[in-house]
Amino acid sequence: MKQNKVPSALTIGIARGGLEIKQFLRQRESVVFTLAFPIMLLGIFGSVFTNELTDGVTFSQYFVAGMIASGLVNTGFQQLAIMIPVELDFGTLKRLRGTPMPASSYFIGKVIVVFATMVVQVLLLLVAGIIFFGVNLPSDPAKWLTFTWLILLGSAASTSLGIAFSVIPKSGRGASAVVSPVVIVLQFFSGVFFVFTDLPAWMQQVAAIFPLKWMTQGMRSVFLPDSFAAREVAGTWETERTFLIILAWFIAGLFISIRTFKWEQDK
Amino acid sequence: MSDSGNVISVRGLKKSYGSTQAVAGIDLSIAPGEIFALLGPNGAGKTTTVEILEGFRTRDSGQVSVLGIDPSIKGAPARIWRNRIGIVLQSTSDAGDLSVHETVAHFAKYYANPRNVDEVVQSVGLSEKSDELIRTLSGGQRRRLDVALGIIGSPELLFLDEPTTGFDPEARRAFWALIKSLRDSGTTIVLTTHYLDEAEALADRVAVINHGQIVEVSTPAMLGGRATSLATVSWLSESGPKSERTDNPTAVIRKLSEIYKEEIPELTVKRASLEDIYLEMIGGADEAE
Repeated sequence: MKQNKVPSALTIGIARGGLEIKQFLRQRESVVFTLAFPIMLLGIFGSVFTNELTDGVTFSQYFVAGMIASGLVNTGFQQLAIMIPVELDFGTLKRLRGTPMPASSYFIGKVIVVFATMVVQVLLLLVAGIIFFGVNLPSDPAKWLTFTWLILLGSAASTSLGIAFSVIPKSGRGASAVVSPVVIVLQFFSGVFFVFTDLPAWMQQVAAIFPLKWMTQGMRSVFLPDSFAAREVAGTWETERTFLIILAWFIAGLFISIRTFKWEQDK
Repeated sequence: MSDSGNVISVRGLKKSYGSTQAVAGIDLSIAPGEIFALLGPNGAGKTTTVEILEGFRTRDSGQVSVLGIDPSIKGAPARIWRNRIGIVLQSTSDAGDLSVHETVAHFAKYYANPRNVDEVVQSVGLSEKSDELIRTLSGGQRRRLDVALGIIGSPELLFLDEPTTGFDPEARRAFWALIKSLRDSGTTIVLTTHYLDEAEALADRVAVINHGQIVEVSTPAMLGGRATSLATVSWLSESGPKSERTDNPTAVIRKLSEIYKEEIPELTVKRASLEDIYLEMIGGADEAE
């Protein structure tokens, strides 16, 4: 009798993560779309809107904070909600299902590729923000702590929601057309391209339901001076509330992903 | 394990989609080390049956045992079961940004006892393409990669779903040789195919499925009474082509050789082809193409 000790889910998941990163880097479109596009946007918006919002805070700095938050959404939600329907269409998932690879390894692989691309994206945006738009890195360790949990929880929520949303596009080819507008509209509503408090009240209220608004606000609390908190809707950074709302979205996304994930495209 | 010794045993398998009964009570026994072909027109219940055996679909009723395990198994035991099985699906198409070797080596990591990657790549005839990206492969080469991924885990049982669709004749011959060599090394193979010549060249036994039921299970040579069916002896007589249908072609030829003494002009003896028998069995009309 042969031994039947299949490799652990984690071992296979890590192998999948390495493979996914390799595939990502070989697809020039995905590298450009996911990593370079936000930098281009940063360049354009940062150069056009150079006005100062309050003493010592320029719109560019406000925008950099929003773009870093958007980076969490691009690398997690947007990337996965487009990539998974494509893999369904190609039959990649059905083939994987026929192997001893467990579903958890597939998700571990996705988490790894999301995290790797997210780290690269955030670093690129930070470096560009520091060099070109006078963004200052915080010196307060508490702010770094906020930054760390925002990054971890934010990309976790973004990942779980991306997997959950991936059931909506009916085909891989159409996925980008379904997913990208959702992300762009959310960016407009959530105070990435405009100062959030300048938006109409109804738009603010809609945005407050979704996690991106809270991620941008959280990133502003990290990169803008505390005096700027007075210009937020609540007059404070609302750090606890931010944490709870993103956590709630993470759990909702996780729950929906587990319930709705499928290995084959419906015919 | 009621049918001890069988790799696959199926009793009274049924499956409906809404009001359509795709599988209407199928019994099957597949022995270790045989190549078993499932033939049938589109919509006959072939794919549904195989996908139930592969654990991809649930069944409504009936008993199914694959390698002694019920394929509806879940969780960790399902992984151990899948470790013993190889599945080559119809038309998988990846983005193709990995090389042949990278892909096979990656799939090897899923299994407890993977085969040697280079050996597997070589056995499917892709050694020269080993470092090429999948997207540069031809359709036939991609199909051979699919097989490589199906056998990398050294499966005891291999499912092949229409493996040679889109192959040129030479590639098909090479592919058949590969499948036979797998059988000779002890792998049990379940094959679905549209090509009757493929079933004839490869299969130890064939099952014809139509309307969700097995019409007959037999060897390709014996299917539908083929071996004992009337043969047609044709030759060119002085007054033009002649033919005679007979259950004893040898006697006819003996008679002819007395008339012609030397070579009988354009002599052929033709029995019903597997295709003739098959089309008769499925009622011809179902596949009028």
